[in-house]
Amino acid sequence: MDWWPLLWSIIKALLIVVFVLANAFLIWVERKIAGRFQRRLGPMRVGRPHGWAQTFADLIKLLSKEDVVPGTAEKWLFLLAPIVAFLPALLVYMVIPFGPTWVVNDLNIGVIFISAVTSFSVLSFFMSGWGSNNKYSVMGAFRAAAQLMSYEVPLVLSMIAVVMLAGSLSLNDIVKAQSIPFVVLQPLGFLTFFIAAVAELNRTPFDLAEAESELVAGYNTEYSGMRWAFFFLSEYANTVSASAIMATLFFGGWRGFLLPLPPVVWFLIKTYIFVFIIMWVRWTLPRVRIDQLLNLGWKLLLPVALLNIAWTGLLGLVFKI
Amino acid sequence: MVNFVDLTVFLAIGILLPAAMMGAGALLRPQRPGKVKLEPYECGEIPVGDARIRYHIRYYIFALVFVVFDVETVFLYPWAVIWKSLGLFGFVEMMIFLGILVIGLIYAWKKRVLEWI
Repeated sequence: MDWWPLLWSIIKALLIVVFVLANAFLIWVERKIAGRFQRRLGPMRVGRPHGWAQTFADLIKLLSKEDVVPGTAEKWLFLLAPIVAFLPALLVYMVIPFGPTWVVNDLNIGVIFISAVTSFSVLSFFMSGWGSNNKYSVMGAFRAAAQLMSYEVPLVLSMIAVVMLAGSLSLNDIVKAQSIPFVVLQPLGFLTFFIAAVAELNRTPFDLAEAESELVAGYNTEYSGMRWAFFFLSEYANTVSASAIMATLFFGGWRGFLLPLPPVVWFLIKTYIFVFIIMWVRWTLPRVRIDQLLNLGWKLLLPVALLNIAWTGLLGLVFKI
Repeated sequence: MVNFVDLTVFLAIGILLPAAMMGAGALLRPQRPGKVKLEPYECGEIPVGDARIRYHIRYYIFALVFVVFDVETVFLYPWAVIWKSLGLFGFVEMMIFLGILVIGLIYAWKKRVLEWI
């Protein structure tokens, strides 16, 4: 048997893991940004300059924290939920093209793979909420299920409009098809995708499942130490992968313009601009109510996403794009 | 076959990494369970009853509408890849299919299924 493919994919997977773990630095970045938005300095004490080592301090604190499992909890659901949360967050990176050849595995069903894998996260929310046997957690889990279901449909429909333009489900082909970035052709599709993606990420203004001020962190109230850390890490990994998918589907991924930078640099610039915008939204807008959330999903985003598909069809038929 | 090698490796690492890091935590952290500590957290109140309640019917109705539209997207994927070669006929055909589903959405809307009361 030839061991080379196996070794090679282990190397690629470890590189992706390093990338995902390096994104833990975004926790510090976000706290700095939040500080600046609120006219504070953010973390300053751990590490000079500007408290850069805050994430390491957090990691050490979390490693040495006691792991409390509530006595009435459903043990296996409770213990497995962080792993179920982290697994899809990692798997999504398998199909994202960092450059023309810098992709772990350019599946020819990449878009379906993304939508299939990301819909797993609702399972981890529900496992943790139901398993904790805590009233706040169960409420958070119900909200998470309703929310992720409602926003799954507009998200997938706006991805389908992109597939219509590119004529392929592989992400690398979609990037290659974008001599004009798709955001120019379907601005409505991009807005739908952006709002639905922020909602799927469970971030403010759509963080009803966590809602610190009413549900005391919702589905992860009972978690502590490393288990909680994996919920947090997968949230940041999902933020980066959602930004990367936005950059890939609507802004030409690794394609550059004007400046002759390497494709990977272009890709990372676009991705982190979206990460910053998502953080910006988080620290600017207040949380929505659950009826507003479901109204937005079903009565605005879903019709707009369907309209976007019709619009894309007209584009294709009339202008032969 | 390479597809499945990559997928298997990713699955294995995605499971082993959290397991290993939680295992590393087990060597470092204290473990002193107590009766009060193991109670579910309710802001200091003593928990009454079980948290696993029956869910409200609203969630079920939303789930039903979701299933309709999620199955629809499964039909849309293969069409979206080849619709250009189907020409006008294929496009109009799919618009009629979507139109029927939109009528369903309008019906649900008018029946106030989408209201969160």
